[in-house]
Amino acid sequence: MWSFYFHELMRSMPFFLKGVYMTVAVAGLSLIFGTIIGFIAGILRAGRNKPARFIVGAWVDLIRGTPFLVQVFIIFFILPGIGIELEAFPAAVIALTNLTASFICEIVAGGIIAVPQGQREAATAAGLSYYQQLRFIVLPQAMRTILPPLVGQYVLLVKDSSVVSAIGVVDITRVGWLTVQRVPEGLMVFGLVGLLYFAICYPLINLSGFLERRMTVASTKL
Amino acid sequence: MLETFNFRVILEYMPLYGQCFLATLWLSALSLLGAIIVGIIACAMRLSKSRALSTIAGIYIESIRSTPLLVQLYFFYFGLPSMGVMLPEWVTGVIALTLNSGAYYAEIIRSGIQGIHFGQIEAGIASGLSYFQRMRYIILPQALGATIRPMLGQAIILVKDSSLLSLISIVELTRAGQLLTSERFMPAEGFLTTAAFYLVLYYMLKAFSGWAEKRLIFREAH
Repeated sequence: MWSFYFHELMRSMPFFLKGVYMTVAVAGLSLIFGTIIGFIAGILRAGRNKPARFIVGAWVDLIRGTPFLVQVFIIFFILPGIGIELEAFPAAVIALTNLTASFICEIVAGGIIAVPQGQREAATAAGLSYYQQLRFIVLPQAMRTILPPLVGQYVLLVKDSSVVSAIGVVDITRVGWLTVQRVPEGLMVFGLVGLLYFAICYPLINLSGFLERRMTVASTKL
Repeated sequence: MLETFNFRVILEYMPLYGQCFLATLWLSALSLLGAIIVGIIACAMRLSKSRALSTIAGIYIESIRSTPLLVQLYFFYFGLPSMGVMLPEWVTGVIALTLNSGAYYAEIIRSGIQGIHFGQIEAGIASGLSYFQRMRYIILPQALGATIRPMLGQAIILVKDSSLLSLISIVELTRAGQLLTSERFMPAEGFLTTAAFYLVLYYMLKAFSGWAEKRLIFREAH
């Protein structure tokens, strides 16, 4: 029986590869948009504009305080109620981008605040404008603190993307769910699904650890 | 959307939400307790001198950390019956949540213990403290002080992750929103109420986290 199911599973391998493609597409798009929005929001959060700081802080708290699944449902089911019809795929990308941006915002803001105040004072004394300071003094130094958790956040992004299978995006998890209806060997099917996620996440986890070691060595050398 | 927002339906469903809120609470509490126990055991195995134990714990921690919780949940939900193990859904859910968070707790505890300088232990030995005394007065207070924040952070993640249990038809907060959506076709009312309940939980845990941290730092300073 096992070998029969195994054979069945191997025959649906192209289906699984399509799922991998979908997961990479959803996570990849959200990664790009989320990083851009997250950096902008993080700079605002660490900036001098009080209302902007407050609004970004409230947004981050709202996103952190609710489960991602609930956010996905809100975007997918409620936005059509106010006239925005969304397919599952764009809804998934919007939800994931929103989630990732809020986490990256906190990472970036933390990195900027960790840069010693004296650096900024020296830059002010040298006559650099706020944006010049940010661009040439603060951000390059902050990147050292930002980079390792940023890559860690990308791992979370790939894992969280499995949740969008709940609204019918045919990613790896959804393919597993559909396959298990035909091939009733849950351990085997979801073992394979897990293996595919592992193949994407494990290198990223190691990259994050590597960067963390690299960056600590770099900062102690100074 | 707000003009048509139906507060009466929310009131009507309040008893259900109350029940579901309690369900989320005790499912999370049970998993949290289990996760801390699993975390301590896995961490002890990981740090033990036995090569075999350390490898087993390493494989467990890495494979949990590089696959999504939803896949782990489906792995047990579809996998256990195919092995002939029939369990109620909520038991499957608690097992998946426990094993998932357990791996993260193992890493948190390990970083707490390894963060203590060996000189501290040597100083303890030199002052004639017994193993128990060293643990009680030197190692544990410092390890606890350093890990209380990530520990409570993981507890917040666990509560939010419990929303995924709704996907294997366990009745908890997210499921309540789904029920309101499918019975009355009111997704806005359903999921926004669900989100509000999660936010209450989030702010409670966050406040507790801030309080615990202050108290522990106070104790560390004296």
